[in-house]
Amino acid sequence: MNKKKLILLFLPMFALTGLIVFNACKNADPKTNGIANAGLTLPGGFSAVAIAEHLGNPRHMVITPENDIYVHLAGTKNGKGILVLHEDGDKVTVKSSFASFGGTGIAIKNGYLYASNNTEVYRYKLNDKEEVINPDQPERIVKGLLSHRMHEPKAIALDNDGNIYVNIGAYSNICSDYDHNKTGCPILDSAAGIWQFKADKPDQTYGDGIRYAGGLRNVVGLAWNQQDNQLFVMQHGRDALHDLFPNLYSVHQSAELPAECMFALKKGDNAGWPYVYYDWMQNKNMLGPEYGGDGKKGADPKFINPVAAYPGHYAPDGLLFYTGNQFPEKYKNGAFIAFHGSWNRAPEPQAGYCVVFQPFKNGMPYGKWEVFADGFAGPDKSPNGAEHRPCGLAQGPDGSLYISDDQRGTIYKITYKN
Amino acid sequence: MTRTFKVVLAPASVLLLINCSYGQVKPVPKKVTHSGAVSSIARGKMVYTNICLACHMADGGGVPTLNPPLIKTTYVLGDKPTLIKIVLNGFKEDVEINGQTYSNNMTPHSDLKDRQIADVLTYVRKSFGNQASVITAAEVKKVRASNITNKK
Repeated sequence: MNKKKLILLFLPMFALTGLIVFNACKNADPKTNGIANAGLTLPGGFSAVAIAEHLGNPRHMVITPENDIYVHLAGTKNGKGILVLHEDGDKVTVKSSFASFGGTGIAIKNGYLYASNNTEVYRYKLNDKEEVINPDQPERIVKGLLSHRMHEPKAIALDNDGNIYVNIGAYSNICSDYDHNKTGCPILDSAAGIWQFKADKPDQTYGDGIRYAGGLRNVVGLAWNQQDNQLFVMQHGRDALHDLFPNLYSVHQSAELPAECMFALKKGDNAGWPYVYYDWMQNKNMLGPEYGGDGKKGADPKFINPVAAYPGHYAPDGLLFYTGNQFPEKYKNGAFIAFHGSWNRAPEPQAGYCVVFQPFKNGMPYGKWEVFADGFAGPDKSPNGAEHRPCGLAQGPDGSLYISDDQRGTIYKITYKN
Repeated sequence: MTRTFKVVLAPASVLLLINCSYGQVKPVPKKVTHSGAVSSIARGKMVYTNICLACHMADGGGVPTLNPPLIKTTYVLGDKPTLIKIVLNGFKEDVEINGQTYSNNMTPHSDLKDRQIADVLTYVRKSFGNQASVITAAEVKKVRASNITNKK
């Protein structure tokens, strides 16, 4: 009946930093109108609410057992790059904000909050409620990582043995600016891979860490799989197969290829960028056209194959292994992938802009992926027209799934009820 | 749908009311209207479709944080030689437009003929809501001739 609640609350404020009180958007009767489930379409039994909006450009998130949500903003808002939301029932407040830097990577491990900007990783000691003790004095763990205006975000993940894994993206589509004579891409020594550092050692840089896995063009979504104690990453595949090789690739092939790939990494693995790409339609690792490929020749088997592959240019920005008990059994230990959505499938329609579920069995992808949450973009699936773009994923203490939108600053909460 | 929520913002006792409703649809780019240069624009659109569209999009809107928009920006509407040089030399600097920074590199397109560059820039300067003057092949030729020192 009362379809629009009016603003009810006037809260006098004298704090130095703004306090935002959200009355969490209640999930409407799905029959009432088009914005049930906060505009998302979900499998049966699932529902969505937008617990916060207009937060800036939230990227990755992590949630504590006390229902604090640490949200890393792409840039700073009011000079702060990390927001702390607190969820109490259906009420969400912005509890505090800190960090002088924006960025993507954020994670909690062994009593510390880790967060990255485009060149560094910091950590903040947490108290027994997983609150940051001293927000103005983080400890710098990693410094001096390359950032050349392309694929800059340093997404992070931590293992159970005291290591942190940091993506250092390639500052090039396919290395053609740096490998004119095709003698070997020279930027692979310091970019296009996942570097491993100690999680507790200050001011490490390249010489202190190791290149854990290479030949990865750019990784934003990555996660440590606790089931088989292994790092999984989502690679953003190369662009412009048709633009650069119109005789070898049609416009349509260039939209669908190469696959966006999920790799299960072991130390020393090489995923092959820029020399290879994966063709999800042929299920084949291919020799890249810059290095003698013709759309048919396979890649050198020394390069690892992906463990799962998805359509081209979907832009996987978030990866989460679901370990909660709230969702039905099939989701347990499977992977959610947030696809930010494409920009380089033009002139074909753009695609992605969804969260996908990838079933797993025994720690490996098992069966076909499915779209789990869609509708973020609204009527226009394009980078400018999309109303929302999914980016970060986090699991709440009750097993709910949280999705950030870095286009309009929405945080979605997905719950399941029988 | 009761998807409204309460927001109280400090400092300065500013109360912001933010409604969570959706449904805003991007405006459709205006059709090109102009006098003269019709064929240049038509040819320019073909060049744009083949070369530029993949990054700058069919509506000239670009891609947030990556590829700058071509809609009413000073780069597009302003100094012609500067614009011509961007096409000839590519672009490897961060561009800030309306508070957003765009950082993707643009490759040089000096392989295009003077006429093609004139056509595509004329198309861009008269499309997407832009209403700037034509660029001629002679202007491109002149810039190209003086551009040698800038080439890498």
